[in-house]
Amino acid sequence: MKKYLFGIFISALLVAGLASCKKDKGEEDLTGFNDVEIEFENRAGNKPLVFGVEYENALGEVMKFSTFNYYVSNFVLIKNDGSEFIVPKDSCYFLCKHEDPKTRKVKIRNVPAGDYKAIRFIIGVDSLKSVSPASERLGVLDPADGAKGMYWNWNAGYIFVKAEGTSPQAPVDPGVNDRIFQYHIGLFGGYSSPTLNNIKTVTLELHHGEVAKVRRNGGPHFHIYVDILEMFTRPNNISVAANPKVHAGPFSKNLADNYADMFILDHVHNP
Amino acid sequence: MTIPSIFRPTAALLAALVFMITGCRKDDPKPIFEGPFLPANFPKPAYDLSQNPVTEAGFALGKKLFYDPILSRDNTISCGSCHISYAAFTHPDHPVSHGIDDLLGRRNALPIQNVLWRTSFFWDGGVPHLDFVPLNAIQSPVEMDEDPGRILQKLRAHPQYPALFKAAFGSEEINTARFLQALSQFMVMLVSANSRYDRYVRNEPGGVLTADELEGLNLFRQKCASCHATDLFTDQSFRNNGLDKSFYFDQGRFEVSALPQDEGKFAVPSLRNVASTSPYMHDGRFKRLEQVLDHYASGVQESPTLDPLLRQPDGKLGIPLTADEKRKIIAFLGTLTDEGFLRDKRFAE
Repeated sequence: MKKYLFGIFISALLVAGLASCKKDKGEEDLTGFNDVEIEFENRAGNKPLVFGVEYENALGEVMKFSTFNYYVSNFVLIKNDGSEFIVPKDSCYFLCKHEDPKTRKVKIRNVPAGDYKAIRFIIGVDSLKSVSPASERLGVLDPADGAKGMYWNWNAGYIFVKAEGTSPQAPVDPGVNDRIFQYHIGLFGGYSSPTLNNIKTVTLELHHGEVAKVRRNGGPHFHIYVDILEMFTRPNNISVAANPKVHAGPFSKNLADNYADMFILDHVHNP
Repeated sequence: MTIPSIFRPTAALLAALVFMITGCRKDDPKPIFEGPFLPANFPKPAYDLSQNPVTEAGFALGKKLFYDPILSRDNTISCGSCHISYAAFTHPDHPVSHGIDDLLGRRNALPIQNVLWRTSFFWDGGVPHLDFVPLNAIQSPVEMDEDPGRILQKLRAHPQYPALFKAAFGSEEINTARFLQALSQFMVMLVSANSRYDRYVRNEPGGVLTADELEGLNLFRQKCASCHATDLFTDQSFRNNGLDKSFYFDQGRFEVSALPQDEGKFAVPSLRNVASTSPYMHDGRFKRLEQVLDHYASGVQESPTLDPLLRQPDGKLGIPLTADEKRKIIAFLGTLTDEGFLRDKRFAE
């Protein structure tokens, strides 16, 4: 009898719980704004990326990284109904640096409340911004300050993705007397005259009909994996031995095509 | 009352003196500062002046920066070292310039004139906005070889610059944007549009061309103006004008665009003040305009990216030009010399 009563009690609790859930949903406040946090966790295959640790690329070459920086910009959040929240231009440029973890936690402010199913952004800096006047190049876009080391003065534009390190398979660079590799990938497509365009658009959808909830009292946290080894494989296997240094030349397209899918949505925490 | 004759010359002198002084006074108040000259025969500027309005203090600061070697690593090279006002801001007699530590560059210093209308900069068009042009020279290891962040530190510690930045921008803060904007304010003022040719097309006094010059203008319009277009005398495109068969030493626009069709292409330069900007071409290989026209008439080399306009219907390369036609075209090019611009004290060091 006791057991039976206990069962009823549990069922009642469950029903109450469900009912209260339903009630909450019906009355949910979808007005107001909140922040969305996006964290980029750098990985090397299935392990967290650690500088100085040896990893193997798809060709079996050993790579030890010492720099990994990338621009992500022009964020768009896509609601369940397909409508889009475009992050304003004045706050949509971020430079993530592996050595500086706080730069890998990006905050999108004042996102309208709602249920979001996907996020879209570009790897790099768009062409309009790349030809904008000095007054519009502040913070991480300031060539002498925030963008230092991520800006080409002779081919004025930003380095979208920068990966550097050493490899026993790389040839010795006489300048530094070490076996180094350098991948500085940029080129925004030109403005008045075309150039190669290595800007890549990334769309990350939530899994299995989940949503990221922005509410007046809290916002979601996106956790995104960035796999550095993807830069060197799929669709193009890049050999550190054959191409230890890639900058603004035509070959850079191969790495851009690779890094287009190095961003993977791991999970989303809701408030 | 009559003035005794003995005083008359003195009176006249006095009157003359008073007149001179008042005359001087009249001219004395400083002329009101005007922004860049926007000539009627030019298209709409490419540079958005509303983003960086030119003020007297901003222009003065930009000029001081332009001529200050503090912009180079060892404080020896200024912008003005290789861009000299009387040569339309080119480096006369230097096929390529010598920068820091006397290192040589690879390309001929381009003029700085009418940059307000330019959509891209340098021989390869690698810089798409005027504000960022100085960074190229500053960071080049063979030009100024300096870190822009270090320049800002030097300027902040300088006895004069903080006050000059305050006059130009309202506060003593010295940052990248203000530094670049001041240099742009100086450079956009460098407008050359008062040559005899300009006065001719604008029907202004002094706009008279000789018979040879007029014939040269007509020949120019037929044979040269498809690339050296508009009164800017460039269509701002990138073209391979047949200087070389291969481009191992300098691949031109390809080096910044990474597009194979751009190999060996360089920016079409303006021809304003061309008589004062020798030597010519991206590597300064020609000293005289006669050599330039000889090249187009009979020196054009075959290569896959050669400009189609340099292929004649009969398969010959170049632009057909007789000796007389060359002479007249050169006579016309002389009318593009803007003495007022070349000697403008506002712009000179």
